[in-house]
Amino acid sequence: MRYIRSRAITFTVSILLWLLLSFSLDWQHLLVGAFAALLVAWMMGDMFAGQPGKWLSPRRYGWFAFYMFVFAWECFKANIDVAYRVLSPRLPINPGIVKVKTTLKTETALTFLANFITLTPGTFSVDIEKESGYIYIHWIDVKTQNIEEASRIIVSKSERILKEVFE
Amino acid sequence: MRSIRWLAGSITLVCALVFIFGVLKAEMATKLMLYLLICFFLSLYRILKGPTAADRSVATDILGILVIGFCAILAVYTGKGWYIDIAIAWALQSFIGTLALAKFLEGRHFDE
Amino acid sequence: MNETASLVFILVGISFDLFGCIGLIRLPDVYNRLQASTKCVTLGTCGILFGVFLRLGFSAGGVKALICIVFVLLTAPVAAHALAKGAHKYGVKLWERSVCDKYTEDKK
Repeated sequence: MRYIRSRAITFTVSILLWLLLSFSLDWQHLLVGAFAALLVAWMMGDMFAGQPGKWLSPRRYGWFAFYMFVFAWECFKANIDVAYRVLSPRLPINPGIVKVKTTLKTETALTFLANFITLTPGTFSVDIEKESGYIYIHWIDVKTQNIEEASRIIVSKSERILKEVFE
Repeated sequence: MRSIRWLAGSITLVCALVFIFGVLKAEMATKLMLYLLICFFLSLYRILKGPTAADRSVATDILGILVIGFCAILAVYTGKGWYIDIAIAWALQSFIGTLALAKFLEGRHFDE
Repeated sequence: MNETASLVFILVGISFDLFGCIGLIRLPDVYNRLQASTKCVTLGTCGILFGVFLRLGFSAGGVKALICIVFVLLTAPVAAHALAKGAHKYGVKLWERSVCDKYTEDKK
């Protein structure tokens, strides 16, 4: 049952992407798209949607919209920050690699956390250790080297939202 | 020394911007493309100069993302929609190319 | 009106691209360069594509520009992450005035 449901989700997502890309409701386009989406769903298996039950709850989509909003605002702030650092004549940087701890477990959540860290002000993820939950972060303006302190400053804000969305 | 270099660089940049948007008599599309061309030259400088192979890989990655924006501008101002298709294909291809470069950098460590 | 808004988005996007490329020139080592240029160039290219979407509206080209924004936002940070890890394994040192390097300490 779980087998069929995860393939059905992959099929739906890929045929939606096909419809947006071809942008026509002609029956020939639909036929080719359905064929290609079937092929993709059969080949991917449950790599794309590992736990299909999560895709059906509307609460997660609400939290995801909130996440996108926070992400856009942080991304804009990050760009202003980088522009200030790059254009100022004294080059005010104080870089270093620090280590933080996260409580997220699933791979999708860790990927989105790394993307969030990379596009938010001053931080950049270098490596993830999945078993122990440590992330190595290049910080352009190191404020503290303590693990708990750095975790509180960098990851705690996004971790709460991502836990609602993906776990 | 650093402040002199900063002054020279900013004067050059401001002169280029004034030339492109004030002096030059051309269409808006040409001006936008020339503005983007400055970014291309800066990252090409890093490719030529870069002290290590990692610097060159980073600059190549950035150049790949800049080309997407160039294709999008071309799609608007020439009126040919298929330039956006080129942009999507370029985004995916340059991602795979960058991953291959990163794997190459990792592998070089072992044969020392 | 629509054309003015799209032109403003495209100009702001190209300006962020320019800041990212200046960062690529000015900053001292690979990790700082990667950090500044990835952030600025990703948002700048997304700004250009959003301007294109405003200009073309909900037609075939405009929707493709939106899909391209999603692709760039998903792929650019992952590529930068892979490059940083590769550069560290390759043996590129941090800038000599860096504060700390927990990664090298743990890998020894």
